[in-house]
Amino acid sequence: MTEFQTNQPADVETVQDTVWVQEIAFIDSVPRSIAMTFVFVMFIGTWQLVTSFGLVSPIILPTPLETLNDMIFVGKNLLTGGYMLTSLWITIKEVIYGFALAIAIGFSLGVLVGETAFGEKAVMPYLVAIDTMPKVAFAPLFVAWLGFGIESKVALAAFIATFPIVVGTAAGLHAADENARMLFKTMGASRMQTLIKMKLPTGLPQIFTGVKIGAVGVMAGAITGEFLGGGKGFGELIRVAASQLNTPRVFSLILYLSLVGLALYLLVQWTQRKVVFWHKERVGAGEH
Amino acid sequence: MNAELATDYSGAPVGAPIYELTNVSKTYARNLVVALEKVDLTLKKGSFTSVIGSSGCGKSTLLKVMAGLIPPTQGRVVLQGKPVTGPRRDIGMMFQQATLFPWKTAVENIVLPIEIRDGKAAAKKAMDKAHELLDIVGLKGFENVYPNELSGGMAQRASICRMLITEPAVLLLDEPFSALDELSRDMMNMELQRICMEQNATAFLVTHSIQEAVILSDDIVVMKPRPGRIAEIVKVDLPRPRTLDMMTTPKFGEIVDHIRGMLDKGEDM
Repeated sequence: MTEFQTNQPADVETVQDTVWVQEIAFIDSVPRSIAMTFVFVMFIGTWQLVTSFGLVSPIILPTPLETLNDMIFVGKNLLTGGYMLTSLWITIKEVIYGFALAIAIGFSLGVLVGETAFGEKAVMPYLVAIDTMPKVAFAPLFVAWLGFGIESKVALAAFIATFPIVVGTAAGLHAADENARMLFKTMGASRMQTLIKMKLPTGLPQIFTGVKIGAVGVMAGAITGEFLGGGKGFGELIRVAASQLNTPRVFSLILYLSLVGLALYLLVQWTQRKVVFWHKERVGAGEH
Repeated sequence: MNAELATDYSGAPVGAPIYELTNVSKTYARNLVVALEKVDLTLKKGSFTSVIGSSGCGKSTLLKVMAGLIPPTQGRVVLQGKPVTGPRRDIGMMFQQATLFPWKTAVENIVLPIEIRDGKAAAKKAMDKAHELLDIVGLKGFENVYPNELSGGMAQRASICRMLITEPAVLLLDEPFSALDELSRDMMNMELQRICMEQNATAFLVTHSIQEAVILSDDIVVMKPRPGRIAEIVKVDLPRPRTLDMMTTPKFGEIVDHIRGMLDKGEDM
């Protein structure tokens, strides 16, 4: 008998299960909600400490409690249909009109630039040039042209939000790959059919990305318009509160305003999920 | 399998010439590259022809000319007695990628060529036929599934159906399974053979794989580059239906060696 070295252990009993514990980073074991709460508490805590030790003047930074009280006050005013609600409604109208205008103009320009050689060659360079300008600087012009009413704010809001939508649409129309284009050619598809049945649906994720960036910009545009062009909107309330050194009021107004912005963003996101149902977003929102 | 689907699409008898290329040349004006020089080629009804050659031998140019996607600079390209002057419904095409559209279900993707050519109503009418085709390629039950949920092989099966829905007289296959892993690729090739035989289809396959060309084809067009031209048309007289076992037979090996020899000579030039 020759002796072979085998992999079989001589005595099965001596071999233990090779079960071992893999180390997991601590943060991976914490749910998102708890991690977020932690940051929130830290933030409020630091804020409270800074104010209660008198490190900054109360005019510059109110205490968290003062801010909360003012938020409740403003909230009551909004819920009971007070003057703040009227102002908020004006700003919301500016945002909605501006956003609708930006989507209409941005999408049309995007198709012109993304689909036609003329648009790409002759129009795109000008759009890029205008896009690099500080758009807020146009506010006085819009006031001069359109007056102190909501029109000038709508114009500035739309002006700011249009460009990301143009860029998103143009990029989306270039997203279709060579195979899809060739396939449509072999099917004898017209240019219009190729655009509507292939290029546009293919580009929807990019188009929505542009619209989302636009949704953020439209808010900024409306408020900036109100700062620079007066009127009766929420931006005016903020400006007045700031000039009266009523810092808690400024804080709470900004918070309510950001709720409007958030609602708009979530509305776009929800629409995107419904329309572009096949596209799984990889951006880190939501639990795993 | 299905009497209605197995009908003779073109009406021509099996073995009759269906696609004829005479003296076809293509020079790209941009850089004066002669991509194709004096190509003569006849596809017979019901035959399976492959074209093989190193890159730059003009095989994709040849395919595009045959598909009516680009015009030749010289020569005649005639399908079913009519010159090819653009994309046609009697030409079916399949690419390396399945290119199914993710916003459409499997059947909706399959009737897309009908929707483009004849409108939504005609596409709706073609739904039954799409279901039958899915059954033929073994995708029964996946009719209303979105492409995201299909594997690579399943997606290519669906794209075979999309190619067949318009009942084309000739199938142009541009390396259709080269993106698949080797096991699925062998299986899909056998599927392709079965479908082509059932449908009496005339197929023209561009491939990089000598084995694939030999196992599937009646004729193999070996092309050489600079300028792209036909070096030889190799007949494969292995019996049909072909099986994967045939790949180990001496005859198969002989043909593969012969073609490899030709291609190696081509590289030297």
